[in-house]
Amino acid sequence: MDLYTEGDPVADTRAPEGPIETRWERRRFSAKLVNPANRRKMTVIVVGTGLAGGSAAATLAEQGYRVRSYCYQDSPRRAHSIAAQGGINAAKNYRNDGDSIHRLFYDTVKGGDFRSRESNVHRLAEVSVNIIDQCVAQGVPFAREYGGLLDTRSFGGAQVQRTFYARGQTGQQLLLGAYQALERQIGLGNVEMNSRHEMLELVLVDGKARGIVVRDLVTGEISTEMADAVVLASGGYGNVFYLSTNAKGCNVTATWRAHRKGAYFANPCYTQIHPTCIPVSGDHQSKLTLMSESLRNDGRVWVPKAKGDDRDPRDIPEAERDYYLERIYPSFGNLVPRDIASRAAKNVCDEGRGVGPTKLGVYLDFADAINRLGRKAIEAKYGNLFEMYERITGEDPYEVPMRIYPAVHYTMGGLWVDYDLQSSIPGLFVIGEANFSDHGANRLGASALMQGLADGYFVLPATIANYLAAGPFEAVDASHPAAVEARRDVETRIARLLAVDGDRTVDSFHRELGQIMWEHCGMERTDAGLRKAIDEIRALRDQFWQRVRVPGDGEGLNQSLEKAGRVADFFELAELMCVDALHREESCGGHFRAEHQTPDGEAQRDDDRFAYVAAWEYTGTGEPAVLHKEDLKFEYVHPTQRSYK
Amino acid sequence: MNLTLRIWRQKGPEDKGRMVTYQVEDVSPDMSFLEMLDVLNERLILSGEEPVAFDHDCREGICGMCGLMINGDAHGPQRGTTACQLHMRQFSDGETIDIEPWRARAFPVVKDLVVNRNAFDKIIAAGGYITAPTGSAPEAHSTPVPKADADAAFESAACIGCGACVAACPNGSGMLFTAAKITQLSLLPQGQPERYTRVIGMVDAHDEAGFGGCTNAGECTVVCPKGIPLNTIGRLNRDYLAATAKNGGKPGS
Repeated sequence: MDLYTEGDPVADTRAPEGPIETRWERRRFSAKLVNPANRRKMTVIVVGTGLAGGSAAATLAEQGYRVRSYCYQDSPRRAHSIAAQGGINAAKNYRNDGDSIHRLFYDTVKGGDFRSRESNVHRLAEVSVNIIDQCVAQGVPFAREYGGLLDTRSFGGAQVQRTFYARGQTGQQLLLGAYQALERQIGLGNVEMNSRHEMLELVLVDGKARGIVVRDLVTGEISTEMADAVVLASGGYGNVFYLSTNAKGCNVTATWRAHRKGAYFANPCYTQIHPTCIPVSGDHQSKLTLMSESLRNDGRVWVPKAKGDDRDPRDIPEAERDYYLERIYPSFGNLVPRDIASRAAKNVCDEGRGVGPTKLGVYLDFADAINRLGRKAIEAKYGNLFEMYERITGEDPYEVPMRIYPAVHYTMGGLWVDYDLQSSIPGLFVIGEANFSDHGANRLGASALMQGLADGYFVLPATIANYLAAGPFEAVDASHPAAVEARRDVETRIARLLAVDGDRTVDSFHRELGQIMWEHCGMERTDAGLRKAIDEIRALRDQFWQRVRVPGDGEGLNQSLEKAGRVADFFELAELMCVDALHREESCGGHFRAEHQTPDGEAQRDDDRFAYVAAWEYTGTGEPAVLHKEDLKFEYVHPTQRSYK
Repeated sequence: MNLTLRIWRQKGPEDKGRMVTYQVEDVSPDMSFLEMLDVLNERLILSGEEPVAFDHDCREGICGMCGLMINGDAHGPQRGTTACQLHMRQFSDGETIDIEPWRARAFPVVKDLVVNRNAFDKIIAAGGYITAPTGSAPEAHSTPVPKADADAAFESAACIGCGACVAACPNGSGMLFTAAKITQLSLLPQGQPERYTRVIGMVDAHDEAGFGGCTNAGECTVVCPKGIPLNTIGRLNRDYLAATAKNGGKPGS
């Protein structure tokens, strides 16, 4: 059986033509407006309360729409954006170091390995400067210079200092800013907040997204909520790998359910493996912890020159160390983009030069920086990260070099959206990590926070109005046949999960699925490996539905049931990721196919065949998906092979 | 390591609840505390028992979702560490560990070790923000902020809203949480216009939610995983006093 078929190309992305500098301005002007009296009559559902969802819900409510917000955590403040450490990019050029909107645009298109849309990325760069203004006005305590102005630093893949930060907790501070704006709207009665609720199905009426089915995680009650439009801001799907830097609850269910209802899923194989995470310590490991890559500004990455060198790193003389990033990439050194740093670490470990008990690790050494700047300066910059490292590993990184290894961190793929951030389902908008839009095949450091807030504060609130201007739409309630059917699907599925009553836990399946994905759809992929993975995923998925044991019932809090539903969706997504990775016979960004590399081991793109977005249409579990291609045109940044040497 | 766990089990808000004893074997010192509970839960599921419900999400000490009383200490024995970042090397072989939920009037138990902390959100909704609707912001550099103020604001803003301060407080007070937000926003020039309405609104919401009053016991700051200092409460009290003075001596807005 074929793994996929090819359908019509994507007809229209709604991106304006003409000079790129004015596309966003022109799109905003051409978008229809909704008058304030009508806004009060319209309801928008927002799923997820991270940087994208929280900022969108707050902003839409400020504009006068009725907003219903949902999150699975006990408070909207806990969305996983909170864990982002390093910073947020913005083209302010406060450093006078040659930065500009055009340069941020250029760097992001190049960093994405020429697999993103120029129009979207330019808009992102334009909006970046407004984000900083907005956050400062909200009281986000960014790092400052002694003169009282904002401090910036450089970050992976950039040669200018455009990254704003709040110690190692930038995501937390930005999210709390958005959360506080959201709470203000909740207090004013403009947002109805539903925490500990999980979206389990999308409701389509006459082809439009008109509602969702949610489960109250505390009471187990299933309910159908209707609205004029639905916004998904439910984050990425890195947890398909089981071990990742994502929070334990992060899942693909909201977007996958929408995909099953007709929303295209774009570029699912583009996953970012972050180079600086704490290595796995044993079989019990439940998640991986990121060490901000800002550490690479001062830390030097190395392994011993000799294989199997087990000496204490402090006893290995300079001459016997290989600072491999500085050696291979002299102009960017330790600051090469994430995909390159990760693969380089894998390569030296594959050569047998890895360090630590598992030999899957490399050193990140601060000895030089401590000598040069003093321990106090390093403490001020990275104190909380060093403490976190010591708590987890029991080793003091001021004395002994850190050990790091790559881990799954971010997913560039996601639901396909047009320039307006609308999916292929009318009325369904997708923002933040949940969409595929701006990062191409690789995201640059400090760009996720920028994109989440750009989408939520500035882009979606402008573009959704154009859709809602055609409303208010015909009133529908939970008794509509489509809503009843969606709700019945949810109930059937929950009953099915509970009925298996097998002999394996959900986690044991999830762990095994993660191993298959890491082995065959991780840092390096091959034709044979991906085919093998697809077979293994299918077999394991069958086993799951025959052998999983979900204790308890659907009434009330049942964390095993929550996990089971999420893992069931990961099984379906995993197959699509492998099909996407298999069909893309080139290497680009986070997608490295071993068959497609330059003689010196760098990723080799094939622009003639693959300069397109792969948007997949669902046809049934285990059935061949339909590929719709959206051709990418590069008018401003000419595709070249990325070189960081 | 082999451990004896005594864990609070409670089916729902109405159930009385009780401590139940479990044995866990072969615990690695490199496990986190929550990974040790994962191991127990896997075993309970396979033996047909209901696993222990506990809140957790990021498992890197920043989301504030986890919260356990471990041997009577909020987040356990290690200072400046959330339960998810606590590792088993902090315990010794053969030890008996008591695990309970946060206990406070404002945090009712949902199930087992899971509590409802919505009261914290209500305090923020009552004034824990700066009113700056999207699009209204001036250029970021138009108002410099002295570095010392920015750094001190950050220190308070580091609060993760886990509720350990409330659980540790003999009065079940949420003052440290409330004061952390008030301190952050009142140190910044952008926070000045709403400074006094904010403190009244937040303190009123705090009291309405059923938190107790502060008697300077100081337990809160000891267990705070982010080290929010006790003097933030002093700052809250000063602002509250100034606000009531401005309001003709009457609290409330």
